[in-house]
Parts: sequence; structure tokens; C-alpha cells
Amino acid sequence: MTSSLHLWLIPLVPFAGFLVNGLLGRRFPKALVTTVALIATLIPFVQVANIALHFSSLTLPYTEQVATWITAGNFHADFAFALDQLTLIMLLVVTGVGFLIHIYSVGYMAEEEGYWRFFAYLNLFMFFMLTLVLAENFLLMFVGWEGVGLASYLLIGFYLTKDSAANAGKKAFVVNRIGDFGFLLAMFLLIAHFGTLSFSEVFNQVAQHPEWQGGFLTAIALFLILGATGKSAQIPLYVWLPDAMEGPTPVSALIHAATMVTAGVYMVVRTHAIFDRSPFALSTIAVIGTATALFAATIGLVQTDIKRVLAYSTVSQLGYMFLACGVAAYSSGIFHLLTHAFFKALLFLSAGSVIHALGGEQDMRVMGGLRKKIPITFWTMTMAVLAICGVFPFAGFFSKDEILYQAFISPNGLGKILWFVGLLTAGLTSFYMFRLWYLTFFGESRAQAAAHDDHGHGHGHGVHESSWVMLTPLVILAILSVIGGWVGVPEAMGGHAEIAHFLSPVTGAAHEAAEGRSMELLLAAVSLSVAAIGWFIAHLMYFMKPELPAQLASKVRGIYLLLLNKYWVDQLYGAVVVAPILLISRYVLKGLFDTGVITGGGMAIGYSAQGLGALVQRVQSGNIRSYAGWLALGAAALLLLTYVGFGTHLLFR
Amino acid sequence: MVVPIAYYLVLSAILFSIGVAAFLIKRNIISIFMSIELMLNAVNLTFVAFAHQWHQVSGQIFVFFVMVVAAAEAAVGLAIIIAIFRTRNTLDVDHVDLMKL
Repeated sequence: MTSSLHLWLIPLVPFAGFLVNGLLGRRFPKALVTTVALIATLIPFVQVANIALHFSSLTLPYTEQVATWITAGNFHADFAFALDQLTLIMLLVVTGVGFLIHIYSVGYMAEEEGYWRFFAYLNLFMFFMLTLVLAENFLLMFVGWEGVGLASYLLIGFYLTKDSAANAGKKAFVVNRIGDFGFLLAMFLLIAHFGTLSFSEVFNQVAQHPEWQGGFLTAIALFLILGATGKSAQIPLYVWLPDAMEGPTPVSALIHAATMVTAGVYMVVRTHAIFDRSPFALSTIAVIGTATALFAATIGLVQTDIKRVLAYSTVSQLGYMFLACGVAAYSSGIFHLLTHAFFKALLFLSAGSVIHALGGEQDMRVMGGLRKKIPITFWTMTMAVLAICGVFPFAGFFSKDEILYQAFISPNGLGKILWFVGLLTAGLTSFYMFRLWYLTFFGESRAQAAAHDDHGHGHGHGVHESSWVMLTPLVILAILSVIGGWVGVPEAMGGHAEIAHFLSPVTGAAHEAAEGRSMELLLAAVSLSVAAIGWFIAHLMYFMKPELPAQLASKVRGIYLLLLNKYWVDQLYGAVVVAPILLISRYVLKGLFDTGVITGGGMAIGYSAQGLGALVQRVQSGNIRSYAGWLALGAAALLLLTYVGFGTHLLFR
Repeated sequence: MVVPIAYYLVLSAILFSIGVAAFLIKRNIISIFMSIELMLNAVNLTFVAFAHQWHQVSGQIFVFFVMVVAAAEAAVGLAIIIAIFRTRNTLDVDHVDLMKL
């Protein structure tokens, strides 16, 4: 196919949707807002699907130069879009899951204030996310990178009258800025060393210089990692994601689970040519990812807010993807990104359906017994839980096992430790997901008992299944959560690992261990049994003996409190980072610099002008004779000057 | 007998100086006004003298321009003076320093 693919249309259509809904949506009837928003997401999806169908006939990588953006000397950055295997997968995830979540939102947000605003923001997010994915250079990617941050901020703070939501939005934005700062520095280093920001040119130069190992490439890679940790909520910048759950649930599903937070993983895979040259940076990613996976999973064990459990689980799963990148198994990372997009979006949307059914209740302690009342949500949620726990043959099993296997066979000395921690995390994941499942759907409803409490706003009554506009995306995503992993069945299990082969032009061939297939099968069996143990403990604690968790919590009260308070990391950051910055801002910057230098300087200039004016105003007395005197004096001076001569004549003689 | 140009110029300078001095010293607006006219005419005299000296007509044309402008100025100036006198009952410039009527 030689004709242009018009890639630029893919991001621009949602942007048009944003403009229409954002500018005029307030006056539109709801149906029109819905139509505009859905069409603006459907068109890119259809286009991407069309590209996917003709994909084999394309010459890759396909690039599209739309316009020149910046030129300065030899440096130039363009509005250029690129398409390769990696982009295609990301495009399919973003447009596909994005479209499903748009549909879901129609039902979920139906009763909300600012319906039009919500969809305008969602379309804006789609625009920036697609720009990020399609960009052919770092700068355009950065535009998308910043833009999704903005959309995320707007959507987290969607309930703008709620203080906690506004604060969560600010927190997300500020923490992301720290990461963006790293990304910016990485770009500056790239310009300094390569003179260009185009992906293909940078990677070509790297490929032509095999002697470049570590050194400045490590520096660039480390700054990119900082950027990725901000966007993908890894240690040390993960703190914003749990708070981001203040946003509406479809937003949590789309932005904070399926797409935006995976941008960091995408970026690392996209720039893997740089990371491949820096074992230190790779180890850093692997350690960050594994530590985050375990850390977030332990916090997730004790959270009681259904969305927060899912948020920590997202952080944890993103840690897995980072682990995959860190052991240079990029295609495994992308594979997990893909399956995670399905099952985590499904988890959030199902949780949203539960919350919807309960009229806004998010606390799992007052749920329970919902299995019979909302059966479809229950079944879709079950699919998602099985998928994330890595139960054969659901999607998460293949991708997570692939990552653990790659970590195990990694030549990196840390490989075995990473594998073990990853395995442990898989067990924890299984436990907290089944805990959520049992608490929400099984046992007796605890809503009545809590209704006497403070927060009784009518839940427990009128628990109802959601409408089909919400259930349809759930069902589709449930199917995808089951079969989504089948594109990457490893050869050891009789599959063909299609996704690894598909991505190999971008990421390079995957590792194959000497131990071969029996090893892979053994590891899969181990992780399955670990997941089973996790399930069994959850079953024991939350189904067989519901009084057990409380007893356990009181026995190991210290650990329980540590986890419940999320290791006091927020408080630690508050004391170590936020408080000093606030103090410096308040006293040094505001007190000294702002009032001292800026205000003081302004005042000084103002007063000196006033003083000078007071002096000069005496001249303008209104007395005609004094004017005449000055006039005559001036004329006499001029006369004298003409007589003696102007300029140099006067000065040098 | 031809009068040398220096004579005209000296006379003109004397007239102009008298005009300037009167302009600075006098307090009555009418007198100040008259001293302005005197300065204008001193300049006119030099124009005419030079026009005669160099046999060029442009100097004389300038004189006509100056006279026309002076006439216009007199009309406006006298109107202002009358307005001032009506509002303030005085023509002493030292008492007219409010920069408004």
C-alpha cells in the first residue's frame, strides 16, 4: 500500500470532538454530546482497525511528515508520526479500550453534572494519548506526555467542588512534573549528543556506534527512567496514583489503569536502543519495577476502598512491566501491558458498576452478598480477577509468566532474586484480588449494619444491575480478558508466542534459555501454585472464617498499621519534601524575594519616579512669564551654540 | 544711495530684542501680545532686506505668510484675551496661572 495512511487524522479527530464538546457542549442536549464524543473516538478506532487489517502489506516503519515545527540551525523537530508494530499494539489498546470506556461512561455519567465537560476531557485525553503513541520524535512525544498529564489532572479533579478531588488532581500534576523534568533533561542530553530528537535518527546513530556503552547513554536512560516513574507511578513517584481514584471510575479505568500510566513502559520500550547499551539503567528499571510491584501489593492487602485496592494493584502490575523492561524482555512488557489494559480496565469498570449499584459506596466493608443482586457484574469481575491472578488460561497467566520466566533466565545477576520477588508478589496479588472478590460479592450484605452509621445515604436499598450500555463494554472486556493472552502463548505450551514474533522487528528477538521448555513449564506450575495459595488464604480468611482478619490484624498490629497507612510514605514526603519547599517558598521566596526584591523594586522605581516628578513639576508653574523666560533662555543657548558650533567642535576644541 | 544690509539687520535685531525684553517684563497680556507682534515684524524686516539684497522674491513671499499667520493669531489671541478678562476681570499674567479659564 503506497498511499498515505493519514495517521495525523487519528489524534486529530478526538481533538475536534474535544473542541466541539468543549466549546458548545454546554448548550447541547445530552444525546448530541454523546454522539459527538463517541464518533470522535469511533473514527480513530475504525481507522486503526483498518490499518491493522492491511498491516502485512505495509512497509515498516512507516513515517509521515506532516509539517515542520521547529528549526534552529541544524536542529529541527517536526510534526511527524510513525507507525510500527509497537505503535499498532498501543493504538489498538488506546482506541479500542478507549472506545469501550467511552460507551461505558455514557451510562455511568448519565446523572452527573457536567456531562459535556467529562466527554470533552475524555476526547482531549484521547488526542494527547494518540499523539504520544504516534509521535516520531521525543519532542512530539513529550507534547502528548504533558497533554495526558493535563487531561489526567482535569479528570481527577472532575468533581471540582470536592476538596479531596481538587487536591488529588494537583498532587498528580505536581508529581508528574517531577518526572517530566527528567524527561526534559533527557531530551536536552539527546540534543547535545545527537543533535536530533527523531527516534529513527537517534537509534541509527546508536546502532552505528557499538563502542558507545554506558556513559552519557546511561545518563540519558536514567533521566528517561525518572520520567517513566512519574508517569507510570513507580517508586519513588507512585504516590499520585492511589489519590487519583478521586476521579470518576471510567477515568480510573481509562487513564489510570489501561492507557496513560503505561506510557512510561511504552517510552522505555520505544527507546530500548538506548537502554540496551546501559546495563546499569536496565538493572535500575528492574529493581524499581520489582520493588514497586512488591511494595504496592503489600499496601493493597489491607486497603478497604475498592478503587484503592485496584489502584495499588495497578501500581504493582506496572512494576511487573518495568521488571520485564529491566531484563530486556521488552515484548513481554508490552504483552503484559496489553493484557493488563483488558483486565484492569475491566476490574475498574466492574468496580464502577458495583459502586453504581450501591449508589456511590466504595467501602468494601459495607458491601458483601452482591453476587446474586448484580450477576453480570459479578461474572465479568470474576473473569478479571482470574485474569489478574494469573490463572490458566486467562490473559494474565501468559503475560505474567512470560515476565517471570524472562526474569528467571535473565543473564543479570539479580535475575533469580527478581523472579522470586515477582513470584511472591503474584501470590500477594492473588490474595488481595480474591479478598476484594469475596468481600464484595460473597457473604451476607453488611450494608444494613452500616446504614445506621454516619454514611448511610440510602445504600442497601435498590441495589440494581447496571444498564446494558455499561454492561456491554464489561462483557466485551471480559471476553478479551479471557482470550487476550492467547496471542502470546509460549512455545513451551504449544503456542507460537505470536506477540513476541510480531514485535521482534522493534524490540529485537526474545531470549531463549538453554534449559528450554521444561523449565518454563515448571516455573509456570510454580507460579500457578503460588496464585492458588494466595486464593486459598483469601478463601480461608474472608469466606470460611470472616472473623479471622480482625484477629490477625490485632495480633500483628504494627505491620497492619504500617500497611494501612501505606508505610507513611505520604507523610514522609510531606515532611521531607513538601514542608521544606513550603517553608522556603513562604519565607525565602515570598517573604524575601517576592516582597523584598520584586515588590520592593517596583516600589523603589515608583517612588523615584514620583520624586523626580515632584522636582520637575515646579517648572510647569502655569506662569506665562516663567515659560517665556525659559523659552528665551533656550533660544539664547541655541544662539550661543550656533555661534560656537555643535558637536565635536564644541567638545574637542 | 544704497543702504547696506547691515543697517537693516542691526535695526531688526534691536527691534527683536525690544520685543523679547518687553515679552519678559510686561505683565499686561495686551502688551505681551504687542511685543510678539514686534518680534514678528523684526523678522519680517530681515526677510525683506535679504530679499532685496539677493534679488529673490521668496523672502517677500515669506513675509506675506508671516503677516497672514500673524493676523490669524491676532484674531485667536484677542478672543482668548477677552475670554480671560470676562472670567477673571484682570489681564495680569501673574494672576492667570491656573492653566485653565
